[in-house]
Amino acid sequence: MDDTLSLVLFSGTDDKLNAAAVLTAGAAALGRPVHLFLQYWALDAFRADRIAADHGLAAEAGAAGEAAVKALAAAGQAPWHETMRQAKELGGVEIQACTLSMDLLHITEADLDPLVDGVEGVTAFWLAAGEGQVVFI
Amino acid sequence: MIETTPLAKTIDARGLSCPLPIVKTALGIRELSSGQLIEVLATDPGSTKDFEAWSKTTGHALVESSVDGKVFRYVLRKK
Repeated sequence: MDDTLSLVLFSGTDDKLNAAAVLTAGAAALGRPVHLFLQYWALDAFRADRIAADHGLAAEAGAAGEAAVKALAAAGQAPWHETMRQAKELGGVEIQACTLSMDLLHITEADLDPLVDGVEGVTAFWLAAGEGQVVFI
Repeated sequence: MIETTPLAKTIDARGLSCPLPIVKTALGIRELSSGQLIEVLATDPGSTKDFEAWSKTTGHALVESSVDGKVFRYVLRKK
């Protein structure tokens, strides 16, 4: 059985990035290899100069959802990029940026946070995904 | 049987939300030798099921799981 977990990160709001970071850290703690592929707005959130910025929430959060998220942050919940850093410290977590999205956003590898390991095309992504599960967020 | 082996390490994960208690434990247990015990304190209410699942998957035995007020306490023996 291929236990590699592949996560495609598309959305760039803090709630979805946090969900992705939690899934990544949980899988890494169980020893599963995790492969992240950053596309569109998720890739934009991984820019070195913006990773710690406020990326807002998904539309369905509403005012009550926003208040709940802020309360958790005020209570000391780690931001998603910190959870992602801890997941990488466990090992077995690889983060790749989608080449097409790099072109779309007019960014180069030098613009990305060091959490990102490299840049790859969709074919390389599917090859790395193998027979394992793929999740799109 | 009463557990008498001394604790080799304590992880204070109080105030941390899922999955950081498990992540901190996974990192901390690496520094121990096989058979040594690690204690974890947590306040995340989901941590009980998480530690049971993590123990089952990794093979590190969960020798104690208890709760005192809002603080959960786990003791694991490194595989």
